[in-house]
Amino acid sequence: MESMKDKIAIVGMGCSAFGERWDTDKDDLIIEATREALEDAGIELKDVQAAWVGTSYNETGVSLSAPLKLQYIPVTRVENACGTAADALRNAAFAVAAKAYDVALVVGYEKLKDAGVGGTPANKGVEKWHPTYGYGVAAPGRYALAATRYFARYGLTREEGKRLIGQISVKSHYNGARNPKAHMQREVTLEQVVNAPMIAWPLGLYDACGVTDGAAAAIICRKEDAKRFRSDYITLKGIAVSCGPGMGKSNVNYDFTHWDETERAAAQAYEMAGIKNPRKELQVVECHDCFSIAELIACESLGIWEKGGAKAEIEAGTNTMHGDLPVNLSGGLKSFGHPIGASGLREVYEIYKQLQGKAQHPERQLKNIDFGLAHNQGGHPGRFVCSITILGRP
Amino acid sequence: MVGIVGYGGYVPLHRMSRKEIGTFWRKSAGGGEKAVANADEDSVTMGVEAVVDCLRGRDRREVDGLYFATASPVYLEKQNASIVAAAADLREDIITADIGNSMRAATTAVSAALDAVKAGSRKNVLVVAAECRVPGVNSDLEMSLGDGAAALMLGSQNVVAEIEAFHSVTSEFLDVWRRPRERFHRTWEDRFVVNEGYLKIAHDAASAFLAQMGRPIKDFAKVVLNAPDQRSHAELARRLGVDPGGQLQDSLLNAVGHAGTAASMMMLVAALEEAAPGDRILWANYGDGCDVLALKVTDDIKNLIPVRGMKAHLASKRPIEGYSKYLRFRNLIEGEADRRPPDLSALTVLWRERDQIMRCYGSRCRKCEQIQYPVQRICIYCQTQDDYELVRLSERTGKIFTFSMDERAMALDLPNVLTIVDLDEGGRYYSVLTDRDPQTVDVGQAVELTFRKLHEGSGINNYTWKVRPIRVQGGS
Repeated sequence: MESMKDKIAIVGMGCSAFGERWDTDKDDLIIEATREALEDAGIELKDVQAAWVGTSYNETGVSLSAPLKLQYIPVTRVENACGTAADALRNAAFAVAAKAYDVALVVGYEKLKDAGVGGTPANKGVEKWHPTYGYGVAAPGRYALAATRYFARYGLTREEGKRLIGQISVKSHYNGARNPKAHMQREVTLEQVVNAPMIAWPLGLYDACGVTDGAAAAIICRKEDAKRFRSDYITLKGIAVSCGPGMGKSNVNYDFTHWDETERAAAQAYEMAGIKNPRKELQVVECHDCFSIAELIACESLGIWEKGGAKAEIEAGTNTMHGDLPVNLSGGLKSFGHPIGASGLREVYEIYKQLQGKAQHPERQLKNIDFGLAHNQGGHPGRFVCSITILGRP
Repeated sequence: MVGIVGYGGYVPLHRMSRKEIGTFWRKSAGGGEKAVANADEDSVTMGVEAVVDCLRGRDRREVDGLYFATASPVYLEKQNASIVAAAADLREDIITADIGNSMRAATTAVSAALDAVKAGSRKNVLVVAAECRVPGVNSDLEMSLGDGAAALMLGSQNVVAEIEAFHSVTSEFLDVWRRPRERFHRTWEDRFVVNEGYLKIAHDAASAFLAQMGRPIKDFAKVVLNAPDQRSHAELARRLGVDPGGQLQDSLLNAVGHAGTAASMMMLVAALEEAAPGDRILWANYGDGCDVLALKVTDDIKNLIPVRGMKAHLASKRPIEGYSKYLRFRNLIEGEADRRPPDLSALTVLWRERDQIMRCYGSRCRKCEQIQYPVQRICIYCQTQDDYELVRLSERTGKIFTFSMDERAMALDLPNVLTIVDLDEGGRYYSVLTDRDPQTVDVGQAVELTFRKLHEGSGINNYTWKVRPIRVQGGS
């Protein structure tokens, strides 16, 4: 088994504006993100030899080749629910590292706002046909199970718990308000967050991420070829996926206050990247914060916070834009938005821009950073597939 | 000796005061309250409750038949009794049947069961009566009808109440009726229905029976009379010479309302709960005629395994949150059309997983002994493949490990309380908490399993085992 460290370079990235894009369809979103990535890499579409597309709600590679008019090159569709795009990048990276292709395009996208409902559209597929399992159950109710348990485990009253996770949302909105492509560009107060309409106790409206239209794209090649495209390319330092057995709701040993899949994937990625102390060595973390509690537990499971250390970290503000390890500087899924199949690549886009010193707003540009981590997961507590991508300058 | 060898009862948790209905419709209301099934309850689920109550401490493999009496079946074509039998985890080589249409169905079922036991073709036969009738809004029946269930096990071993005699009269008398495709009942002027129908037919049947037996009414410690309302109940008792004080069994009309086919069996169970060895009970069940039974309580009643029966279920109650909530529970008001596609239930999946879904079977790994639900071919804990036994989890209790309360779920009664429950004897169970008070749901709360309807996807009643706060504390 060989390490993937520094084998693959990202030489171009693009990201559409995120939001309720009533006037665009998924094809427009794909074209918007891909065009930016191609221009960023200084190449044309005909230079792309193979493509990977991540989407949770659309079928086959044709959903990418059709809008881009790709000329009979291989396109693989990847689906891992909310963790779709990071795994699309990983698979493309393997193919390019294996020298099957020299230049590959990765696109993640989702068009959610045609569903006619406030939440995510209904899933389809065999599991949905089960007469009883999962009926009437949605993401908020499932993630809220973790919040309730976290409060109970660490002795937080309902009020204290609500205010603790609420501060994460306040921080994410602050960051999103400074990011021009973010879905929600408005700050909120802690009082607004804790008093917002309840979605699934203890998670209220502002504990939940945006339901968003958007797309993100990347152009990758092998590191040795990267200079042909640009000098400030970024390399993959660690890349890992962990798919759990999905039995947390049946396994009495699962505690609902940590993510096993995140811990496993992070351990692999840190080892590959040579990171011994993630808290000290990482300078920016984009994590999967579909809900405020998801960010809290992700930070603890990534090992950047102690278990049960969220309260101290949040109160000290270590995760803010000006803290010692900013988390979801982009605004996160919470405020930047969460088009299911795009989020993993959108996180990578943020780290890529930060490492290049090209964050769009001076206040949010970090200085002297070497490593950033993107954490992307699909599923729900007790049943995750998790992707970790660590990026750095070569 | 043949007769009743065990009994069980069920009254749903929610009660609605008649004043509540009267206030809503601006009309005078009688006193008392009526029992109202939860949004996820129906005649089948309540029937299961009564059967499970009756079977406490008994070997379910010894049940040879189940007759289900109801006028509110959940399927008009397709048996309802088979659902009850499956949920109660009875054997498959038994006789099951629905006996319906008439308010007299419960005693008709008792008659059939009794004859089978007498003839020696079946040893133990369950008779369950359950009712969840939906009266038209603002009707007289809306005031009087209530929901509930009762079950009797009939057999010849350890009989607690011998059925000494059974008398039946049929009568083509139209009082309350409902044709297929009609949602609500129709009826006729109450003075005719009661005076010419109920009072005469029931009186004549009971009098003829007593004369035939040569036994005066005073010989009976309790008299159970099915009655449409309190006044008629008292009047029939007066005409039969029943002492309204100690001898006349309470009609339950004030506490439950008229629970249709289940009504008089619920009264009988209540009577048996208070009965002493040697007591005689007269049971008259009116509807399209009248069945009259004479029972004699035996010494074995002292050895009966305690059940929740009527007493504990009557004591355990919570007021429904207003008349409008009742309308929602019974689907009497229409909600906004769903913008999501309709739910589909694969009947193939339901069939393949019938033991797990209906009988609530989990698996216990033979290697590491861990209990797992749903059934796992490869053990969650030690990854051993295909080496497990099935265990029924429906009678187990547990504690809430964590929960959430979804205010936006597709459920008639929000919030939809999702729970992760760690079962006291091992295993983790993921389900919905029903019969709950959202204000008091908490981590560590003790729960038990209950058979409920989850949804109606694919046009079927999709049942599942939910959890509820332990309904009756301590024992049974």
